[in-house]
Amino acid sequence: MTLTLLGLLEREPSYGYDLKRDYDTHFARGKPLSFGQVYTTLARLARDGKAVAGPPEHGDGPERKRYWITEAGAAEVDAWLSRPAEPEPHLQPVLFAKVTLALMLGRPADSYLDAQRVAHLKRMRELTQLKDAGSLTDTLLADYGLFHLEADLRWIDLTAARLGELKEEAVRGR
Amino acid sequence: MNTPSAGRGTLIEARDVTKSFGQTPALRGAAAAVAQGEIVAVMGPSGSGKSTLLHCLAGIFLPDSGEVWFDGRRLDTRTEAERTRLRRTAFGFVFQFGNLVPELTAADNVALPLLLKREGRKAAYQQAAQWLDRLGLGDKGARRTGELSGGEAQRVAVARALALGPRLLFADEPTGSLDSLTGEKVMKLLTSLAREQRITMVLVTHDVRVAAYADREVMVRDGVVTADAGTVRT
Repeated sequence: MTLTLLGLLEREPSYGYDLKRDYDTHFARGKPLSFGQVYTTLARLARDGKAVAGPPEHGDGPERKRYWITEAGAAEVDAWLSRPAEPEPHLQPVLFAKVTLALMLGRPADSYLDAQRVAHLKRMRELTQLKDAGSLTDTLLADYGLFHLEADLRWIDLTAARLGELKEEAVRGR
Repeated sequence: MNTPSAGRGTLIEARDVTKSFGQTPALRGAAAAVAQGEIVAVMGPSGSGKSTLLHCLAGIFLPDSGEVWFDGRRLDTRTEAERTRLRRTAFGFVFQFGNLVPELTAADNVALPLLLKREGRKAAYQQAAQWLDRLGLGDKGARRTGELSGGEAQRVAVARALALGPRLLFADEPTGSLDSLTGEKVMKLLTSLAREQRITMVLVTHDVRVAAYADREVMVRDGVVTADAGTVRT
């Protein structure tokens, strides 16, 4: 979120209010920022020399400050955009822990996997409906979610096929 | 489990169906029911029996035991001629490779089943043109299907299936030979037109992103329907 806000400042100097509005419009996807988050982040960016605040301005409403990105801030945004994100499976630790623990405790791991599968498919249907009804931006975001869920489902299916072996291993390891 | 959505009558149902090919069992007591107007994805790993289930539901294969019901009547006990008539009048099919006649034009391919249904030639070609137009192929009617791209050919196959006005559409890996984006476009068209025309659909696929276009999924493993993901589309 910090680098996204900084990136928005590179686009144009902004007041905190306008920055929040721009973030919520383009990136929030149903999770709008609080004003507190925006102003705390701006204060931290200013402290770290990545943004500077202009003098207080008095208009019809309360006093406000416009923020500009600095050269250091712009360099940071550039580096962030050039660097690939760390490829990490979002759910793998949770799914893995549940299956392993279920096997260790002699609980029905297959039921858990089936339930997880149903939940994943339900979410995939929701995302597919979003694609049908939404804009191209919604489609791109939904595709990203769909491919990640598909990867999880492949893992779920393969793990379900390996449950027999895994149970034997869990029993041997007791 | 494996029951159609509440509040809608069952259109097609397999009850405890078994089917073997030689010594190899393909279905071992499979049960599944699809409600009127529902789109159900039949999923499962390769060799699980999902395509065999589709063929039994469509009356192409006869079960070794068990029953298949369509619209309140036994399907598997009808004669071959009756089942063929049903497939020509009430069922539509879309397969992975379209199964079009490559030497014929797109319009010929769509009109052909209508002519077999004894529609007049003029009416059949008018309907074919309308359906090709709806599928974005209005300017491709005179092209031989062998000259079309994979996505275009599959849309011709969809037009051919829908032009018959089927009550029930069987789709077996309908996007299996297409790239992701083309497959998505075909699925979007196929499911939106089926919903608009209130056509029930049995969609066999191993692809979860294709299955996500359905109202509900059933899982086939080792010839048995094992899981039902419930209905979520409202």
